[in-house]
Amino acid sequence: MTKIKSLADLKKIKGDLQSKISLREKSDTPEGRVLVKVAMATCGIASGSKEVMEYMIDELEKRSIDAIVTQTGCMGYCYAEPTIEVSLPGSEPVVYGYVDTKKADEIIEKYIRNQELVDGIIPVNYQTIEKDKEE
Amino acid sequence: MKELSLHILDIVQNAISAEAKEVDIQVLEDERSNEMVIRVADDGRGMSPEVAQKALDPYHTSRTTRRVGMGLPLFRHTAEQAGGHLEIRSEVGKGTTVEARMVYDHVDRPELGDMAGVLSLVIGSNPQLRFRYHHRYNEKEYLLDTREVNEALEGTPISDPGILRYIREMIRENIRTITSTNK
Repeated sequence: MTKIKSLADLKKIKGDLQSKISLREKSDTPEGRVLVKVAMATCGIASGSKEVMEYMIDELEKRSIDAIVTQTGCMGYCYAEPTIEVSLPGSEPVVYGYVDTKKADEIIEKYIRNQELVDGIIPVNYQTIEKDKEE
Repeated sequence: MKELSLHILDIVQNAISAEAKEVDIQVLEDERSNEMVIRVADDGRGMSPEVAQKALDPYHTSRTTRRVGMGLPLFRHTAEQAGGHLEIRSEVGKGTTVEARMVYDHVDRPELGDMAGVLSLVIGSNPQLRFRYHHRYNEKEYLLDTREVNEALEGTPISDPGILRYIREMIRENIRTITSTNK
């Protein structure tokens, strides 16, 4: 990778990336893209969600999978952090718990690529911490 | 939290939840006065003095998905363990500033960690916000303003994963330059 140090360098590199970027922009129909939300509250961060999110962004791009990786707050599954929610186009979101980079790799290859469910799913009807005792 | 940058990531999430439009992050390292200051200032909705006080109580949180809020108490704990303290200044409608001061060479002061990674993550996930980063190491400093980055990108999305990777490298390279002692 060329050394990027200033905004001028960034401007230069942008030109080289342009074709790839406009391709991504054209396919910018959110319904057609994979959406990955990484839970990034205190509980997630303390358990390594930053590494998981970086891995997701880098690997999905490297493997040419058209996806949006973004962050969300705590989903209430603090005990299972890092958690990520994956929404494939046309499917209900699926939440995975205890995600590390190894698990993330498995999720990309099996679930995102082949719609094959992977171990570690948190059922949506599962109780979050003290949900029934809302103040 | 293993690194101070993770505390910063956590506090920035608070700013985003408070609907900030601009977030200023400062990391000031001064070996002569043996002090390290981390400051995160936002222009979000702010808190009343009572709420700001409660924010340091782990059994208080503004969210409803769970009943504890550990972010600020943990950061305060880290600061105090490193011979310093944490202060919250907030005003309703104006915003909030969180400031942590630590003894620079304290054995229990965690490493700053991967600031470039943290910044590129929050910038990429919140492209509509303006982030300013000011890092000073003794007399050398680095300033980043995402408004300027966006100008340089001329409409190319700052959140594009390809662009974001270069932004991360750019920040990393600049921090490395100001913190390297042999130049």
